[in-house]
Amino acid sequence: MSVVRSTPLRPVQSLGRWGVESLEAMGRFALFLGEAVVWTFIPPLKVSQFYRRVHFIGVRSLSVILLTGAFTGMVLGLQTFLTLSRFGSEALLGPAVALSLVREMGPVFTALMVTGRTGSALTAEIGIMRITEQIDAIQVMGLNPMRYLIVPILLAGVATFPLLTAIFDVVGILGGYLVGVQIMGLSSGTYFGEMRTFVSLDDITTGLWKSFAFGVVVTWACSYKGYYTAQGTVGVSRATTEAVVLSSVLILVWDYFMGSVLP
Amino acid sequence: MIEVIDLCKSFNGQPVLKGLTLSIAAGELLVIIGRSGGGKSVLLKHLIGLFRPDSGQVLINGVDLPGLRGRALDDLRTKFGVVFQGNALFDSVSVFDNVAFPLREKTRLPPDVIHARVEERLEQVGLAGAGHKFPAELSGGMRKRVAIARALVTEPEIVFLDEPTTGLDPILCTTIHHLIRDLHRKLHFTAVMASHEIPDIFEIAHRVAMLHDGVIVEAASPEIIQASANPVVRQFIQGETEGPIQVT
Ligand SMILES: Nc1ncnc2c1ncn2[C@@H]1O[C@H](COP(=O)(O)OP(=O)(O)O)[C@@H](O)[C@H]1O
Ligand SMILES: [Mg+2]
Repeated sequence: MSVVRSTPLRPVQSLGRWGVESLEAMGRFALFLGEAVVWTFIPPLKVSQFYRRVHFIGVRSLSVILLTGAFTGMVLGLQTFLTLSRFGSEALLGPAVALSLVREMGPVFTALMVTGRTGSALTAEIGIMRITEQIDAIQVMGLNPMRYLIVPILLAGVATFPLLTAIFDVVGILGGYLVGVQIMGLSSGTYFGEMRTFVSLDDITTGLWKSFAFGVVVTWACSYKGYYTAQGTVGVSRATTEAVVLSSVLILVWDYFMGSVLP
Repeated sequence: MIEVIDLCKSFNGQPVLKGLTLSIAAGELLVIIGRSGGGKSVLLKHLIGLFRPDSGQVLINGVDLPGLRGRALDDLRTKFGVVFQGNALFDSVSVFDNVAFPLREKTRLPPDVIHARVEERLEQVGLAGAGHKFPAELSGGMRKRVAIARALVTEPEIVFLDEPTTGLDPILCTTIHHLIRDLHRKLHFTAVMASHEIPDIFEIAHRVAMLHDGVIVEAASPEIIQASANPVVRQFIQGETEGPIQVT
């Protein structure tokens, strides 16, 4: 540590340390998921904890999903209508709105909204369990915190995200309908009929895969940050902020990645 | 029963334990005294396997604790009962469920047996009928008693208590001390307790060990400790500001 003393080399040293520390953190982050996945397949599953987390993620996020879904659909309906009408192809409003929602905006916005609404709360809850030694208490009882705490959260993420995304999509499409049909005067048959022609099963499965993946990403990032919270209330507030940032960045990066791989 | 040999532990280059050696006999009630921040909690966390030593050994019934992992470690830990400094009660479930938790998760006892055991322990700590409450609704002294009930519900061989009376008023303090003493007499476990309640602990301890500057400077019966010639021990139990212990 004290080998480098001269000033010119100090930036190099701190860069090196930063590199090593980042690599270490990434390794720990990856191992955390690995361990959780292994414990997922070792019975018994803590069913009551799983239900509790489904409730925690699903029910708490529902209102915000309904609200943002509706407005996203309406904005999308308006903007797309205005664009399409320049080419005289307003008839394609339905599929345009539906495709944007199903492939892209539904999964991404749902994941971002859940991160803000419940991901942060999840981090805070686990972080407080960490600093009040509740996680240590589970461990010294000879039990595994992964099984009791983390696995139910990950599984609840996988179970709820596709459903929340589907709700977001449906509400969004209805929002687009409201603007396109009720306000702009497109016919209802055109809106839904063209949708049936242009939206394929591939689009729906793409959205579904994305939402599964985001369910893992969000719960993984948020529970990881809570699990490794530093001591003190400052530790919890920092962990919460970092969880939201990490989760949001991962959602967007992973969305691009999946978008270029999936059909 | 418990052997700590030459235990060293540093945090970020700052040594906390510096070659600590201590042995604890089966069935005794040992109290570790020492200044706040002196490393009592760190020592206890090594004894329950939450920290790994930088060097040195921790032997429980002759088994090297830091060398254990997975199932073997979990099995050994079922012999432990731990009362954490901050209680570490699960705040999302009721008092009853807190106390029942280790039984439900670690044993195959039928629900009615578990129910009876939990009620018995709650009664022993003076909390009969408080099972439906949540930890947040309780006072500090009651929470501590729930933590003690939870630590004892599995009938552990060794019970670790980290400052069980710090922050409680003098009357509660004595109540908790008497509770620990009575339960210890009744249940015959080995108890390791960190505390700096001088002189209360002299009444209940079989043996007192003074932790200072990363080592045990003296471990002996309360009578011998109270009459100790060691200047560090004398200064600590008399609470003087002048002496070998630097007040910072
Ligand atoms: N997890 C940890 N990381 C870094 N330092 C720690 C940790 N736990 C304890 N310490 C340090 O070890 C020293 C002893 O602390 P502790 O054992 O809690 O004292 P006490 O005797 O009051 O229980 C303190 O200086 C504390 O800062
Ligand atoms: Mg302590």
